[in-house]
Amino acid sequence: MTDLSLKNIQKSYGNTRVIHGIDLDIEEGEFIVFVGPSGCGKSTLLRMIAGLESITGGEMFIGGARVNDIPPSQRGIAMVFQSYALYPHMTVYDNMAFGMKIAKAPKEEIDKRVQEAAEILQLTPYLDRLPKALSGGQRQRVAIGRAIVRNPKVFLFDEPLSNLDAALRVATRIEIAKLKSSMPDTTMVYVTHDQVEAMTLADRIVVLSAGHIEQVGAPIALYEKPANLFVARFIGSPAMNIQPARIEKTGGQTVISLSGRQVAVPIPSPESLAGAPAHFGVRPEDLRVADGDDFLFEGEVHFVERLGEVTNVYVNVKDVDEPVVVKIAGVQKHARGERLRLTASAEKMHLFTKEGRSLFYI
Amino acid sequence: MAISSTEAAPRSRPPGLGRFLFNMAIALGIMIAGIVFAVLCAVAVFTALNTVLPDIKLVQAVLVMVLGVAACFGYFWGSNRLLDLIYPPRGSRVADNINAANGIRPWLFLGPAIVILGIYLVYPVINSIFLSFHGPSGETWVGGANYAWLAKDAAFRESMRNNILWLIVVPAAATFFGLIAAALTDRIGWGNVAKSLIFMPMAISFVGASVIWKFIYDYRAEGSEQIGILNAVVTFFGGEPQAWITIPFWNNFFLMVILIWIQTGFAMVILSAALRGIPEETIEAAIIDGASPFQIFYKIKVPQIWGTIAVVWTTITILVLKVFDIVLAMTNGQWGSQVLANYMFDWMFRGLDFGRASTIALVIMAMVTPIMIWNIREARKDMK
Repeated sequence: MTDLSLKNIQKSYGNTRVIHGIDLDIEEGEFIVFVGPSGCGKSTLLRMIAGLESITGGEMFIGGARVNDIPPSQRGIAMVFQSYALYPHMTVYDNMAFGMKIAKAPKEEIDKRVQEAAEILQLTPYLDRLPKALSGGQRQRVAIGRAIVRNPKVFLFDEPLSNLDAALRVATRIEIAKLKSSMPDTTMVYVTHDQVEAMTLADRIVVLSAGHIEQVGAPIALYEKPANLFVARFIGSPAMNIQPARIEKTGGQTVISLSGRQVAVPIPSPESLAGAPAHFGVRPEDLRVADGDDFLFEGEVHFVERLGEVTNVYVNVKDVDEPVVVKIAGVQKHARGERLRLTASAEKMHLFTKEGRSLFYI
Repeated sequence: MAISSTEAAPRSRPPGLGRFLFNMAIALGIMIAGIVFAVLCAVAVFTALNTVLPDIKLVQAVLVMVLGVAACFGYFWGSNRLLDLIYPPRGSRVADNINAANGIRPWLFLGPAIVILGIYLVYPVINSIFLSFHGPSGETWVGGANYAWLAKDAAFRESMRNNILWLIVVPAAATFFGLIAAALTDRIGWGNVAKSLIFMPMAISFVGASVIWKFIYDYRAEGSEQIGILNAVVTFFGGEPQAWITIPFWNNFFLMVILIWIQTGFAMVILSAALRGIPEETIEAAIIDGASPFQIFYKIKVPQIWGTIAVVWTTITILVLKVFDIVLAMTNGQWGSQVLANYMFDWMFRGLDFGRASTIALVIMAMVTPIMIWNIREARKDMK
């Protein structure tokens, strides 16, 4: 069942349009992550779902009801803010109970719900503390608890982990994943700029850029078959290597010329693209050092990053501005100035048109 | 504090109290040298220029002002230089010297202020205590007679009662109206214009404000044209004109209105800044929790600025305890509107009784001090 539905949603501030008509259907119980660079409109979109920003154009439905003109408190949503947004003068208990008290719920009911939420989040010992007496992770759990107590149809998270330090971020991320699996019927919408959070938490990722949806799909689908150059570069770290190429032969498999070499890529292409310039893409982790004469790139090692688990080698290829990055498992001894030949399995290659659309989707 | 540098001090120097006294002695020496040098230079320049410049009072006054400021700069610059000469920040003992100089420098810079505060604040307090045990001229010892008189004096009791009334009404009303004004003006387009208008009375002196309000409360005999706006309004609706400021007990409130009118602007400005400092996300969270604008105001916003409200409240309280000008200008304490400060002034300059006036002054001080201490502590807490 569709729980949250966005139909041609737009947002303008004066004459500046920041959201350009978003269409999106979210199923009940889905975990959706909005991801994109700063300023892409992902937080604005979330705030429009929450009702904190007005909707300039289009329609929004939550649980089948049109919510464009319904105040936030009646939309059946709960929101977790980046800065936690706890009420500093209230105890943990009162922070969580505030919404129900405002709604004049019976005392026993409030107490039951708060205790339950505190139980889930292991906050019971802290219920009578003030937020300032809690650590960052505990504060974030209170913010989540406040959302749980509201018993919402849709949970909204606005970059909830970005104020936490790295170790705590991982721990809280796992907690959010656990929380989701304990509430299978609750829809969650999560905004982040961190692709690791997006990949690990999402059922489906919505990649946004400049107020447009670039691609919607399961994390691995986005990784394996990005729809365009933006998604290809955005998902994965280090980013996918993109090099200019030319389509030589179209058909069931496409032959391209890449720095003067002919490469057969097992992606079908329409005849109209014959002779057209294109972009060839391959992920750093899909490249490997070639022994023989069958290679994609040849160049000189420019820079080496040894991270322990992997080694990133930056290789300068002739006639190309950007170095090709190759990610090799383990600690590698490659040194600056060494000549390397790189290759990749044919099924790991990507082709994009001149405009940046992936040939997987043409 | 300067003494804290003793921890880092080398062992060859006297520790603890000895080191403190040593530092103070050096500081005092440099300070005196600095002041004497700065003053001598200023006087020398003044004398030299005076022989050349025409004998016009205005020119001399400007010269004195410029030289005064220059002498102040000269003191701070010169005393700092002198300290660096004694403990040069170079050479083999550079770390020790910097530490020692850092222990002394604050005293050099604070020194003149401490001396001036001592002369103009501490000495008068001590002298007031002394005078309160003496007769009208301050020469004969009378023991506790002034205090005994005060305890039985009806006018003093009236002043106390009125002061307490002022104390309850004015800070509460000014803070309340200030808070309302701050909350409302933050939300509207012409809020800044409204704010300026509300703040404007702050720029008027208490006496000036009293003159304005005298016109508002002005009374003309029945039948003649009322030039006071209050009486004009009353007669317009068919009421009888009143001599407002002569109505015992209630006239206190008419006088309080003036101070509320002045202080609301102050409260508004401070509270408006505090309201803007509230994290926007807590308000958004409350919106999602379903709180109405009114609930957001008193359940989310006001509790978060409670510290600032308390500081504003106590600051006005201190001001109110010293209220003088308004009462002097409006009623001079007649018709049951006397307050402590005006009563003190009466005994000092009309009764010419230094002893009784000092006793009343000490009562005012005793009332102000605890609030002052609390106020400063609270303000510091707010700044952290």
